[in-house]
Amino acid sequence: MRSDPADYELIAPGNLQDVVQLLADEPANWLPIAGGTDIMVQYAAGKLPARKLVSIWNLPELRTIESSPHEITIGAACTYTQLREHKIISSEFPMLASAARWTGGIANQNRGTLGGNIVNASPAADSLPALLAYEAELILVSIRGERRVPYVAFHTAYKKMNLQPDELIRAICLRRQFSDYLHYARKVGARNAQAISKVSIAALGRLREQNGSNPASRTIEDIRIAAGSVAPIPLRLTEVERLVTGKIIEPNLIRSARKTAAAAIQPIDDIRSTARYRAAVAANLIAEFLQQLREHRKTL
Amino acid sequence: MTVPSERRGKCEVSFTANGKHETIRVNPMKRLLDVLRHELKLTGAKEGCGEGECGSCSVLMNGQVVNSCLIPALQAANSEITTIEGLARESQLSALQSAFLECGGAQCGICTPGMILSACHLLNKNPHPTTDDIREGLSGNLCRCTGYAQIIEAVAQAARRRSSE
Amino acid sequence: MYRDCMSAEHIIGKSVPRKEGRDKVTGASRYIDDMTLPGMLHGATVRSQIPRGIIKKISFAPQFNWSEFIIVTAKDIPGKNCIALIGEDQPCLADGKVNHPEEPILLLAHADPHLLRKAVDAVALEYDHLPAIFTMEASERREQIIWGTDNTFKTFLISKGDVDGVWSEADYIVEGEYTTGAQEQLYIENNGVIAAFDPEQGITVWGSLQCPYYVHKALMALCALEEDRVRVVQMETGGAFGGKEDYPSIIAGHAALLAMKSGHPVKIIYDRTEDMTATTKRHPSRTRHRTAVSKDGKILGGEIDFTIDGGAYATLSSVVLSRGTIHAGGPYHWPNVRIRGKAVATNMPPHGAFRGFGAPQSLFAMERHMDRIAQTVGLSPIEIRRRNFLKPGQTTTTEQIIREEIDLGHLLDRALELSDYSAKKKRFVQENQTGPIKKGIGIATFLHGAGFTGSGERYLASMVGIEGCADGTVRVLVSSTEFGQGTNTVLCQIAAEALNLPYDDVRIAQPDTNDVPNSGPTVASRTAMVVGNLVRSAAQAIRQTLIADGTLSDKYSPEEFHTACKSHIAKHGRLRSIARYDPPPGVFWDDEKYRGEAYATFAWAVYVAEVAVDLSTYTATVQDFVALQEVGKVLHPILAKGQILGGVAQGIGFALYEKVVWQNGRMQNGQMTNYIMPTSADLPEIRVFFEELGNVHGAYGAKGIGELPMDGPAPAIVNAIEDALGARFNSIPLLPEDIFETVSADGVR
Repeated sequence: MRSDPADYELIAPGNLQDVVQLLADEPANWLPIAGGTDIMVQYAAGKLPARKLVSIWNLPELRTIESSPHEITIGAACTYTQLREHKIISSEFPMLASAARWTGGIANQNRGTLGGNIVNASPAADSLPALLAYEAELILVSIRGERRVPYVAFHTAYKKMNLQPDELIRAICLRRQFSDYLHYARKVGARNAQAISKVSIAALGRLREQNGSNPASRTIEDIRIAAGSVAPIPLRLTEVERLVTGKIIEPNLIRSARKTAAAAIQPIDDIRSTARYRAAVAANLIAEFLQQLREHRKTL
Repeated sequence: MTVPSERRGKCEVSFTANGKHETIRVNPMKRLLDVLRHELKLTGAKEGCGEGECGSCSVLMNGQVVNSCLIPALQAANSEITTIEGLARESQLSALQSAFLECGGAQCGICTPGMILSACHLLNKNPHPTTDDIREGLSGNLCRCTGYAQIIEAVAQAARRRSSE
Repeated sequence: MYRDCMSAEHIIGKSVPRKEGRDKVTGASRYIDDMTLPGMLHGATVRSQIPRGIIKKISFAPQFNWSEFIIVTAKDIPGKNCIALIGEDQPCLADGKVNHPEEPILLLAHADPHLLRKAVDAVALEYDHLPAIFTMEASERREQIIWGTDNTFKTFLISKGDVDGVWSEADYIVEGEYTTGAQEQLYIENNGVIAAFDPEQGITVWGSLQCPYYVHKALMALCALEEDRVRVVQMETGGAFGGKEDYPSIIAGHAALLAMKSGHPVKIIYDRTEDMTATTKRHPSRTRHRTAVSKDGKILGGEIDFTIDGGAYATLSSVVLSRGTIHAGGPYHWPNVRIRGKAVATNMPPHGAFRGFGAPQSLFAMERHMDRIAQTVGLSPIEIRRRNFLKPGQTTTTEQIIREEIDLGHLLDRALELSDYSAKKKRFVQENQTGPIKKGIGIATFLHGAGFTGSGERYLASMVGIEGCADGTVRVLVSSTEFGQGTNTVLCQIAAEALNLPYDDVRIAQPDTNDVPNSGPTVASRTAMVVGNLVRSAAQAIRQTLIADGTLSDKYSPEEFHTACKSHIAKHGRLRSIARYDPPPGVFWDDEKYRGEAYATFAWAVYVAEVAVDLSTYTATVQDFVALQEVGKVLHPILAKGQILGGVAQGIGFALYEKVVWQNGRMQNGQMTNYIMPTSADLPEIRVFFEELGNVHGAYGAKGIGELPMDGPAPAIVNAIEDALGARFNSIPLLPEDIFETVSADGVR
């Protein structure tokens, strides 16, 4: 344990209003800590720059999941376990439920939060590609009120985000419009559990169904492909999406998609893996997704 | 909101540990693991890695298995903590503890408290787990001695016993 | 308990409860970090951040009140500044020169562990850097001389028959080079000790350790204390696997020096990063084979060059080298062979003992090479082995005659049947034609010599005691330690069996050098076999003593024993017997020529691994595993199975997951997040089977089994991966990134 607890302050105001006020009074002075599964690891390693922390663990305003017919709103301090156990998330947003299942072990899922995963902004974070593919919207809160930011615009550079020093993520909104899509999510790590992602893909696709036509000649009507661990931030592979939209899925298209994907990503060599491996696997997973999409039958 | 004027230094944190109410005076960022081991002398939870990977610090907090090395003391306030010391009722071992003994689930024993608590959490949530459920449920607890097989057997045996009680 | 008059054993062969098991499942077991002493200080180590250099200056940052701290440097060492083991080249604290990253330079102690941590970071070191070397090849090329005159810790030569004559007769000459990487033992409990010093009593050390008497010997030399003024006590130990064989002498020495200087007890516990980066690991290896083979697949002879990387100091490298060299020929008949073993120095933290101790390295090479020979000759991996297996009456590479009726062909047949080898192999050829998942099946056949090599057991001269207690039960006295493998349980079983007492009437003393004789280190798979045999002898002597007293007849009840025991103690003050190791007659080993009976006995095994490689992610996973071994006698079925299961899991890690990432001699991935061992979600069902041929040299016929399961999994798995992909891999760990590079180069799809 390489930090001295006496060098740190931690307070728990117990309600969102007071936390927001504190952040307004002393912007950038207080680091919000939810489940602590990232912050406490840095702390134990003696690598946590912050000295003052404000607990947002278990704030009731941040732990609810609300749904309307069109949208689900997930409190930012909801844990992975809550995500896994929520009926709508597991049935309509399976990629997010998968990501929750792939994060750490059960103990870490009981404490880690979706909001924490977002603001920690590791390029390898498990939930982020799914949020990109589902076109999530974030609700940010500060003393000035709330604002909505499309998740795709949230991360701007490595560990830099569209979040003011006095702002918190209050909730993550997902539109309930993907029930007839193919949801494809795959994470590649060094082992089957407790693995930091080397490459991950979260993709959604839907083919244009025309009555009477040959299923093999269906074109791609809508497609979103998001990738993790292949760039400083999670990426939507919009070049690949543009390439394949409106086209029939056949071997040449898949080959082109692989090439376009490889050009769009910027994987690196690091302690866990290599750029070449990451690029090759990302391309393989995208090809696998397209092959599955070709076989996908719309469920009514 | 009034922020306490003396923010540095210790504060009082109260929680229940193994059914007993405790109030301790600690730095709020002291790890729950260290509070259990040093303040409460409950040394069953172990530090194997300090990074939330090995699970040997696992305890139950409000019935959920958590890594106590990653929890600041202040966040344990008003919670119910169960450690390995809280499982046996007087001298009567729990079904899991007995099963670990019978099946060879403990070799060096260092992962065992955390492993048993994780298994406890699993069986409380899913009384009839498949082998794959058990593997998943224990995937946050590393064991270097057993290769997990006899642990999985022990959990399966305890599940059968618990459901027939 | 049913007693069969034909097999009189009533406890041996039964899965009795683990002696210390209840404490383990209730959290009552006391590991070293659970212990505190009044007035205890915490200790920490300031270590080198460079691989090689001269220490120019040590500065202490002015904002600390250093007078509050105990500071120990090499100058404070009362005795010899070395870690006494085999050689004396490893300093306890660096004295002017450092030879590897993380080398200990000075020690600090303070009552506040947090302040201590900051103080460690506040000691600044300046060096004159010296060029360092990090590979075996650089060491062999002598780019720098970093140890001795030629960077070579030790060499061995095994020579049998006439190797030079076989090449001209060979139909095939098969060559191959195989390498294995470092592997971290990754016991879940980090290294830790507490030391206390009293001017009268001397030094006492409590710790997580395998060999109390190794630590005892090291402390005597370091602290200049006589034998009876050093006391070492083993606490419950959370895994060891060899990583706590010699390393504890270092951490104990450090704590002892701080305790002596401060007059307070001192506790040193490493955190995970310090333990991983600073302590020992499995020796990396490189094996080169050149084999002369006849057209019907018989090995005519060959040369084997086995080289291991010892790190910066000699420590145990000569012994690891010995075992690796002796095992390099596998379970095969070599009519002619030349095996050259060599351990070389690099500027890395010294490598050390890890389950298998050289054999997993050389056997990996041998078993990969057998598959290569098979391909060259056009035979199956099964057939090539069958044709070359050692048979009773034949000699090993060291010309040890196989005296037991081992039938490796039968063992192979049984393993093939249990694993459904032939049917799977056929099926996989079909299934592999479509889809990204490629399946393969591979085997490894191997042996493992139990006990110390050659004259080692004679040199150890182990002693074991059994003592009567006041309540009429008995206590086993050994320095052999429990660290999960079942020492306490098995030794008590043996004593209970020999004394015909209930298992619960036998206890075992905590290993404390004040209380127990030196039964040798808890290593080399020797405890059940060698120490167990001594326990049996000592027990029989107790029985004889009481019978000679006239208080016990040949057949007795437990109560009668208790009474006789108590009355002996009342009359004589105590009841105790000591048994001393007696080398079996007719066992000869020549240390010069490295020839003869290398081990009292071998255990034999055939392992079969089924793997699936997913070519979309290049990930290989083990789908099914059969572990069949002949182990003499299974003393405790659950413990024996547990040893195999745990060893196979570590072998799977060795093959597919566990990579040490090095940079300038320092491990970069010293966290559990980044050094990957298998979780419960990563391992298949491992099916374990035993055969029992007995062993005249082992207690109740037992052979050592702790290390055997480490030898087979890696080659079986890599053989299976080659079967799946048709691509050749000669190096472990074999990660998806490595598979990717090979298959994308080969265009495998």
